[in-house]
Amino acid sequence: MTSPSPIAGVVAATATDPARRGVLRVLLRNPLALASLVVLVLVVVVSIAAPLLAPFGPNEVVPGLARQGPEAGHLLGGDGAGRDVLSRLLFAGRLTLIGTVVTLVVAVVVGVPAGMLAGYYGSWWDSVSSWGANIVIAIPGMVLLLAVIAAIGPQTIPVMAMFGILLSPGFFRLARTAVQNVRNELYVDAARVSGLSDARIIARHVFGVVRGPLIIQASFSAGAAVLVQTGLQFLGLGEQGTPSWGQMLSDAFTNIYAAPHLVFPPGITIAITVASLALVGNALRDSVNGRSAPSRARRVPPEAPADPTPDDTSLLVVRGMQIGYPAGNGVSVVVDDVGFSIAAGEVVGLVGESGSGKSQTAFSILGLLPPEASIRRGIVHFDGRDLLAASPTERARLRGSRIAYIPQEPMSNLDPSFTIGAQLTEPLRAVRGLSRSAARARALELLEEVGIADPARTFASYPHQISGGMAQRVLIAGAVSCDPALLIADEPTTALDVTVQAEILDLLRRLQEERGMAVLLVTHNFGVVADLCQRVVVMRTGRVVEEGDVTAVFADPREDYTKQLLSAIPNGTRLRAPVVPVSRRKTS
Amino acid sequence: MLTYLVRRLLAGVVMVWVIATATFFLLNANGTNVARTLLGENATDEQIAAKLAELGLDRDIFTRYVDWLQHAIRGDLGSSWLTFQPVTDALLDRLPVTLSLAVAAVVVTGVVSVLLGVFAAYRGGWIDRAVQIVGIAGFAMPGVWLALILVLAFAITLGWFPATGYVPFARSADGWALALVLPVTAISVSSVASTAQQVRGAMIDTLSQDYVRTLRSRGLPERSIVLKHALRNAAPAGLTVLSLEFISLLGSTVVIERIFALPGIGSMVLDATVGGDSPQVIGVVVMMVLVVVVVNLAIDLLNGWLNPKVRVA
Repeated sequence: MTSPSPIAGVVAATATDPARRGVLRVLLRNPLALASLVVLVLVVVVSIAAPLLAPFGPNEVVPGLARQGPEAGHLLGGDGAGRDVLSRLLFAGRLTLIGTVVTLVVAVVVGVPAGMLAGYYGSWWDSVSSWGANIVIAIPGMVLLLAVIAAIGPQTIPVMAMFGILLSPGFFRLARTAVQNVRNELYVDAARVSGLSDARIIARHVFGVVRGPLIIQASFSAGAAVLVQTGLQFLGLGEQGTPSWGQMLSDAFTNIYAAPHLVFPPGITIAITVASLALVGNALRDSVNGRSAPSRARRVPPEAPADPTPDDTSLLVVRGMQIGYPAGNGVSVVVDDVGFSIAAGEVVGLVGESGSGKSQTAFSILGLLPPEASIRRGIVHFDGRDLLAASPTERARLRGSRIAYIPQEPMSNLDPSFTIGAQLTEPLRAVRGLSRSAARARALELLEEVGIADPARTFASYPHQISGGMAQRVLIAGAVSCDPALLIADEPTTALDVTVQAEILDLLRRLQEERGMAVLLVTHNFGVVADLCQRVVVMRTGRVVEEGDVTAVFADPREDYTKQLLSAIPNGTRLRAPVVPVSRRKTS
Repeated sequence: MLTYLVRRLLAGVVMVWVIATATFFLLNANGTNVARTLLGENATDEQIAAKLAELGLDRDIFTRYVDWLQHAIRGDLGSSWLTFQPVTDALLDRLPVTLSLAVAAVVVTGVVSVLLGVFAAYRGGWIDRAVQIVGIAGFAMPGVWLALILVLAFAITLGWFPATGYVPFARSADGWALALVLPVTAISVSSVASTAQQVRGAMIDTLSQDYVRTLRSRGLPERSIVLKHALRNAAPAGLTVLSLEFISLLGSTVVIERIFALPGIGSMVLDATVGGDSPQVIGVVVMMVLVVVVVNLAIDLLNGWLNPKVRVA
């Protein structure tokens, strides 16, 4: 299933690569990220300008100030030794900032080139460096840093350089994956064929892709570097005479009973600095992969169309349906004013090319549109009940028991972690209330009914152990397991091999005849329609363009679009089975 | 599955060896410095030479390495240069403290981040945003600072928990649990923050899979779809993050054990670092890497068991 394609001009804004959109512009557009950037600049500027700003020297002891709370002239009070806390705070960022820069430089210089080479050339260098990265990742960082300090003493620059090495696998993996992806792109092949050197290709094509993710990784790594230095300084393993955030926390710890207020200035400063780094990273990340939890479309009762209660007593009645997706500030309408009916036991084809809205229509009947989609107008009546007014629980109860669904892509529609048997028996027990053994017996019967040669073995198999054709049979067995009155099949044969397609269509025909189910067959293939359906509804760009008896539509299509679709059937093929080969393209 | 396990086990052994060797050479490169640190600045050259001979540091570094390695393989990591206690004994004495801390923190992290991550991914909207804000706050708060705030609030002001100290489980289960509440909270917050984000991401990916829609079309209750099917498929990603978090938790114990005066291997490596006691430092590094290897192996096993493609191969 691909995402719905909008029909009404408004195109859904897709997340674009920040490298292309401009890292700075992404940050400036997000108010929180902008504020974070301001905080970071402020921290850097204040640290550099500390000698000008601070009212006292960082190590200057003011008589009588020890452990005093905030007072005039000493806004944050005095520390355990009687030094002005504000002045120390202004100076304290310097050491940490230097350490952070060292960490980032080392991590990038070690990780990025190694990752780019591993991703671009692969082979032995890839194996060796990936192995090294795995080892480095498994080291508890703090302990190794202590080992380094034990060897060379507490010196910020070499210790933080070591921390840079510990963080380099993150950069390595990022660069490696990005380069691997780009390497397989056609335009890189083209560049290679046209004789560009590898170095030029890496510089020109690869760097652009890596830049955005690298800045994200760097912002989180900088946060980690600040935190680890805070820890080391707190333990007394920073540089002795230089004031630092961690040292101030250590002083606060020593005086925690007498002067608890000392805990807050350094702690809050560190937290705000690291949070700013993380927020900048988050803002960039969201703009790269845009992976936010889909926010549900608000449940607004859809507007009723012109005739709110149709006197149509068919099993399924759809009228005036409009489906929209959020796009930018507006709504992109993918299905508009769609209506049709299906009588009990009738087989109706819903035909149209990719993006015509046929799958969206089918999902709206099932109540399985993605959470962000909304039905803006229309009615769906099933068995005399208004489905759009039903609660989610009521709709869930109808699914499986009364309305069933066969998907397009068999392999992606079985849960890979559970056996076929578990997936077949769970609905039988939950929906039909069968006992464990009865459900098992029924599932085996169903597998046999859909033409699976060794039901017991398939029952115990995992989805990756069976073929696509078998998987589709399993899905059909699941769909009919609770004896639905309406079966919605969404391109049930498109993803299958040609020979298997015919078998699956035969199976569907047989099950439909035996059970007298109504079927809504969604397809782009008129051959399949001719094979199975009594009536056909033709959709184009979200609207119904033609509807009628299959034989009538085939004999005398009124719409040009229908004629085009019909002429897409290869000449010389009879309209009855065997099935017309279809392209394996994905459809909506 | 078995070959896979054996391969992982071998990789783990090689990893321990590589890191132990690197640490050994890092800390033994300069013997004279070591003796001077131990004896103080005023030691005479004769005293230093005597000390070096006593510690066996007058020998060639490769000879010492081979000697160390031969003993280490048999579980003998040498003796402390300061207290002359065998390093292995000290480690085994202190390991339960650190493991109590780290394992409790991992359990808390696992449970809380699954709850938060699943809820955020499933409900979306403001709950999702709230979890993300908590995530950033949790990442940004230095563990040291959080520990101090906890001590200030719950030990000093409210007096609910002890501010410092460790009670062995064997002596008093209640005392053990009470003593661990604050330290475990202090180190869990940041790992909850990052793990919950990963669980959330994995759940969002899983919930948008085709088979989830198909399961819904079968009329299954949402509870089963989210907690049984989606969570099961998102679990490997969550476990991988959890194993990385465990490594960083082990590192955090150094600071936390100092604040809460817990006699674990974190405080041992800190004392050894300050005192220049190389055998102890190397011992702790080896022990921590061993623990990491064992935990990674357990996670690999669990992931293999969760993934039918590995299990039923």
